[in-house]
Amino acid sequence: MTTILSDVPDASGRFGEFGRRFVPETLMHALEELTQEYEKAKQDESFQSELNDLLKHYVGRPNPLYFAERLTKHCGGGKIYFKREDLNHTGAHKINNTIGQALLTVRMGKKRVIAETGAGQHGVASAVACARFGLECIVYMGEEDIRRQKLNVFNMKMMGAEVRAVTSGSKTLRDAVNDAMRDWMSSVESTHYIIGSVIGPHPFPMMVRDFQSVIGKETRAQCLEQTGKLPDQVIACVGGGSNSAGMFYPFIDDESVKLIGVEAGGRGPEPGEHASTLSYGAKGVLHGSFGYVLQDSDGQTQDVHSISAGLDYPGVGPEHSYWKDSGRVNYTAITDNEALEGFQTMAKQEGIIPAIESSHAIAHAMKVAREAHSNETIVVCLSGRGDKDVNEVARLLGQEI
Amino acid sequence: MSSEGRMAFMPFITAGDPDLDTTVAVLKELANCGVDLIEIGFPYSDPIADGPVIQESYTRALNNHFQVHELFDVLKSLSSDQTTTLPPLVGMVSYAIIFRYGAEKFLNEASAAGFSGLIVPDLPGDEALEFSQKTQLANLDLVQLVSPLTPEDRTKRIVQSASGFIYCISVAGTTGVRDELPAELTVHLESLRQLTDLPLAVGFGISKPEHVDTLRGKADGFIIGSAIVKQFAAFSDSNQTREEVISSIGNYATEMMSATRG
Ligand SMILES: Cc1ncc(COP(=O)(O)O)c(C=O)c1O
Repeated sequence: MTTILSDVPDASGRFGEFGRRFVPETLMHALEELTQEYEKAKQDESFQSELNDLLKHYVGRPNPLYFAERLTKHCGGGKIYFKREDLNHTGAHKINNTIGQALLTVRMGKKRVIAETGAGQHGVASAVACARFGLECIVYMGEEDIRRQKLNVFNMKMMGAEVRAVTSGSKTLRDAVNDAMRDWMSSVESTHYIIGSVIGPHPFPMMVRDFQSVIGKETRAQCLEQTGKLPDQVIACVGGGSNSAGMFYPFIDDESVKLIGVEAGGRGPEPGEHASTLSYGAKGVLHGSFGYVLQDSDGQTQDVHSISAGLDYPGVGPEHSYWKDSGRVNYTAITDNEALEGFQTMAKQEGIIPAIESSHAIAHAMKVAREAHSNETIVVCLSGRGDKDVNEVARLLGQEI
Repeated sequence: MSSEGRMAFMPFITAGDPDLDTTVAVLKELANCGVDLIEIGFPYSDPIADGPVIQESYTRALNNHFQVHELFDVLKSLSSDQTTTLPPLVGMVSYAIIFRYGAEKFLNEASAAGFSGLIVPDLPGDEALEFSQKTQLANLDLVQLVSPLTPEDRTKRIVQSASGFIYCISVAGTTGVRDELPAELTVHLESLRQLTDLPLAVGFGISKPEHVDTLRGKADGFIIGSAIVKQFAAFSDSNQTREEVISSIGNYATEMMSATRG
């Protein structure tokens, strides 16, 4: 019997050996309730039609699948297409998930939401969704990321969210997740935690994947319509892994489609210099689930580095861990400098300023395209737009704005 | 203990905060105060059940390069040291550490180092089945936690795979000192008492003799973490000598010991 890779997780949240729930007992009951509530919502036509309506009229879906003619020419080789998540309301894929989870929050009768954010895109998307539904919103964000992403911090506050600076540890995304989980420990009866990626205890990895799968579903249909066939290669960047999971999942059972996840290669392969969990990590537990983690031989999580706050995370979703071990998805890394180059080339060739996270996928796609035949199609998830990153990029290029 | 009509006092300290020599000195001090059991926390980089006081203590230990095998080595030599008799030791350790170290290796070394049980706060009952068999093989108890938010049917399942004692979390939240224990705690303890014969130990938030008084007759023991661990910050304060800090931890433990008798 062949295993169908799309048929995961099981009822206990297992993606093969990965996933599950490694959290304090205090959270277990809420996770069980959330799982049931989500399963009911999934079957509920009125929930689904409200979600679809919001995705269409509020988020702006379906967004285009765009043929990047000039970039394709520039690289020479395969045809590069972009799935334009940057054109969503708030400028990134994160909104697909927060709208879904905010609807679920309302359904569960909870009035308070907490979220964590690295790049700030998930924080903004949570603030937006909470404003839209009149929910109280608290966003945990590392002090270092607050420095890197001032624009997003301002935007969150404008929309009524409270941004709480996290000063422990590396003061980045992973510490923000720790603090949000701790808040949830004492508020779980009144509060929903909108986790921003396909990480955390069951049902989060499954639920976030489902909400993000709209990316891959649309891409699949658009590809068939625009090119008459499925894509040959699909490429997306991987932080926690949500834009890539949403992009890959609808193609998982299409064996002909090559799937490539691009992690943050940072400054190089030494520990602490990158955030390439699947390339260099080992199996372990982090933030409530079992998967690959960048850790030392004692199980202590290692510090990570990336030019992009959104990829700066020492773990990865359990389903990616499963895809890696099954060989279905290939994972690779792109360095800070390569991503910066991808960012600049994209801006000059296509007039699109991409998120620095997405620039990792773009940089890898450019390499792949050069090697590919001109009748091959390569689809890249352009997970977000780069307005938030221009200050940091200017600083790195030694320019003043 | 209940035959003596008193409650068990179980202090919690972080291993390696600020270094393992200090851990040994504090263990001896607590043993001299006659405490009933000592919980030794393994520093972890990403705790989610702990409040700021214990997290900071973990950070101090990790910044000082705490290593699991060094703790085991130190405890092993301490238990062969004839001059001190330690009470039972229970390790409080994240499953992240156990898994990475290798579960069997960890359990065997913990047992050889003198631990009699483990508390694994991020390994809830549902995930603990396989692991609890391994702990039994290594002659260790696997203490299970029950929260005020745990429904009765879950509690029934949890207490079935538990051994040693039941760790009753006083509040839904993280570790940390609180002014008052919640009123519902008594009711919760009474219903737990119907479900298990294992001793009930209450933890999270306890710091004062008055807290202990409210638990008398309802619980068999209590755990104090943050109120002790916060005193460890003084080890890096140059105005106090190491001996002064240790004896003030000892004084606090003695005061709580006398509270166990009411
Ligand atoms: C634009 C963008 N892309 C990608 C990511 C990485 O997250 P994930 O791997 O969950 O898609 C982020 C995270 O903040 C982001 O803002």
